[in-house]
Amino acid sequence: MNVHEYQAKELMRKFGIKVLRGKVAKSVGEAVEGAKSLGGNVWVVKAQIHAGGRGKAGGVKLAKSLDEVKSHSEAILGKTLVTHQTGPDGKKVQTLLIEEGCKIEHEYYLGIVLDRSKGKLTFIGSAEGGVEIEKVAAETPDKIIKVAVDAAAGYSPYIGRKLAFAMGMKGDVVKDALTFFEGLYNLYVNCDCTAAEINPLVVTATGDVLALDAKLNFDDNALFRHPEIEALRDMSEESKEELEAHEYDLSYISLDGNIGCLVNGAGLAMGTMDIIKLFGGSPANFLDVGGGATKETVEKAFTIILRDPKVKAILVNIFGGIMKCDIIAEGIVAAARSLGIKVPLVVRLEGTNVALGKKILGDSGLQIIAADDLSDAAKKVVEATKGRR
Amino acid sequence: MAILVGRETRLITIGYTGKQGTFHSLQSRDYGTQFFGGVTPGKGGTTHEGFPVFNTTHEAVNKTGANAAMIFVPPKAAADAILECVDSNIALVVCITEGIPILDMVKVRKAMMGSKSRLIGPNCPGIITPGECKIGIMPGHIHMPGRVGVISRSGTLTYEAVYQLTQREIGQSTCVGIGGDPVAGTNFIDVLELFQKDPDTDAVIMIGEIGGQGEVDAARWIQKNMTKPVVSFIAGASAPKGKRMGHAGAIISGGDDTAEAKFKILEQCGVTISRSPAELGAKMQSVLNRR
Repeated sequence: MNVHEYQAKELMRKFGIKVLRGKVAKSVGEAVEGAKSLGGNVWVVKAQIHAGGRGKAGGVKLAKSLDEVKSHSEAILGKTLVTHQTGPDGKKVQTLLIEEGCKIEHEYYLGIVLDRSKGKLTFIGSAEGGVEIEKVAAETPDKIIKVAVDAAAGYSPYIGRKLAFAMGMKGDVVKDALTFFEGLYNLYVNCDCTAAEINPLVVTATGDVLALDAKLNFDDNALFRHPEIEALRDMSEESKEELEAHEYDLSYISLDGNIGCLVNGAGLAMGTMDIIKLFGGSPANFLDVGGGATKETVEKAFTIILRDPKVKAILVNIFGGIMKCDIIAEGIVAAARSLGIKVPLVVRLEGTNVALGKKILGDSGLQIIAADDLSDAAKKVVEATKGRR
Repeated sequence: MAILVGRETRLITIGYTGKQGTFHSLQSRDYGTQFFGGVTPGKGGTTHEGFPVFNTTHEAVNKTGANAAMIFVPPKAAADAILECVDSNIALVVCITEGIPILDMVKVRKAMMGSKSRLIGPNCPGIITPGECKIGIMPGHIHMPGRVGVISRSGTLTYEAVYQLTQREIGQSTCVGIGGDPVAGTNFIDVLELFQKDPDTDAVIMIGEIGGQGEVDAARWIQKNMTKPVVSFIAGASAPKGKRMGHAGAIISGGDDTAEAKFKILEQCGVTISRSPAELGAKMQSVLNRR
């Protein structure tokens, strides 16, 4: 789960991490009022969307007067920002963060991620902050410092020292940086983050170490123990279809193609998308019905797939393990009756209760294109879309 | 016995009396696995489907001599169940549960270092040595005893590969689902090493996914250490960047973790790649014919 920058910063404050003072605004009026109450003569108007690259897209602007706060807020609020992380449709800005200005002495990068091969949380630091860290890592890997944290011992100050000195910090800044690093680690483990990224972490002219930007991701599987984080979820930032699918324990992701896919298992679902592409087609979605699907969830899956007007054919690929083929077949029949599936439907069933599943489909009188195996299924569904474009 | 499980495996189930635990325990028993009951705290001393139920894993191990456990408890309690198995010195722990918090697994992995237990999973279909022992949720009937090892991060995609092999009458020595989570108990290299040493395995199918470095590390390991042929498919060539494809581990972060990058490195390391998931059986057949 993602949260907005302003929400991430509120959390960080609770863990003793310094951030600039800011006000959240949902309207231009609130933005100007916010700037007034912050005081000073420089502010930053920041679009709050769940995506990086806001600055380049015109979503972050410096204001040197209240008039500029007003004009920038008018320009950004309600605008749809397209960044390298939003997809082509972009994201509409509904909230602004107005922050006080600060004089930056140096910009750093700081992140915590899981090193999967070691199974350890790992700090990533760099003196090259404020730019795309992937680029720094690719071009000058020696400028990236990685320090792994032992899962049993947790954070220890040597980790912070190792980072701070390697990042080129000096004097009192190091002490403040250690407080910052420890705070971020505590936040990460106490809130079940899956990624924390501070880009940039800045040292100001007055020697403060603070987070200018903040990106936090949380583990969906751990939200049960963090109702306060679950409460930060912004529904308007998430795909309606994906949320609806999630309610039925379906895993759905909308894609650009025209072949709807209904598959059991994430790996097979990806494999099915891949083979559709190999045969020259293009998948309209990823959909894993999971192992516990019922007739109703299969019906729901069809509803979601068919709501996409791009869908010109559907491929059902089921390899029954825990999932039984007859359940899928009943779901297909129910969906066909209630929704009236008008696009060609290619079905490939294999595994547990396959004979029963095929019988249910056969007896239903539905127009179904049966496929013998995975290649056959992909070939048939791609053929079915041709001439329907 | 091929690797890890066989006729001498003695299985108990943690979360035995639940719906899934019961169903799959009996399926394993029916397949021929030596099954001895299981654990459900609070139901100790009772009998369920003809097998004893214990309150703690320790007690179950002491009374049954179990050397393998299959975990079916909900995600909130799964890490705890794994730790209890480790504390009971069970040699093989297979965790089927999906949706365990990542940081729970970080702690579990640390706790397992230096222990006597090996963990398969979590979020995996389990492990099977066809004709001998099945621990997990895979359909037993699609398997056939033989000499090809299978390792995979995905459940149903493993069934697909196994089915293609069996249809060609290519049997399997052992099939191991290592699971789709970012932190797993056993990785590709661990299993490849076992297959390389195993006199009952001639060749290996390795099924990977986008996300993570496991397949790349495995490719490099294969190049250095493996004399047996490996055929590989990586799922997710068509997946967009930054979207989590169902499995918690299957997300492209940018870098070496795309399907294309993995295919390329695997090929460079001498692995036979199959760009189609439907060609795994055929590719394995041609590799075996060449020998």
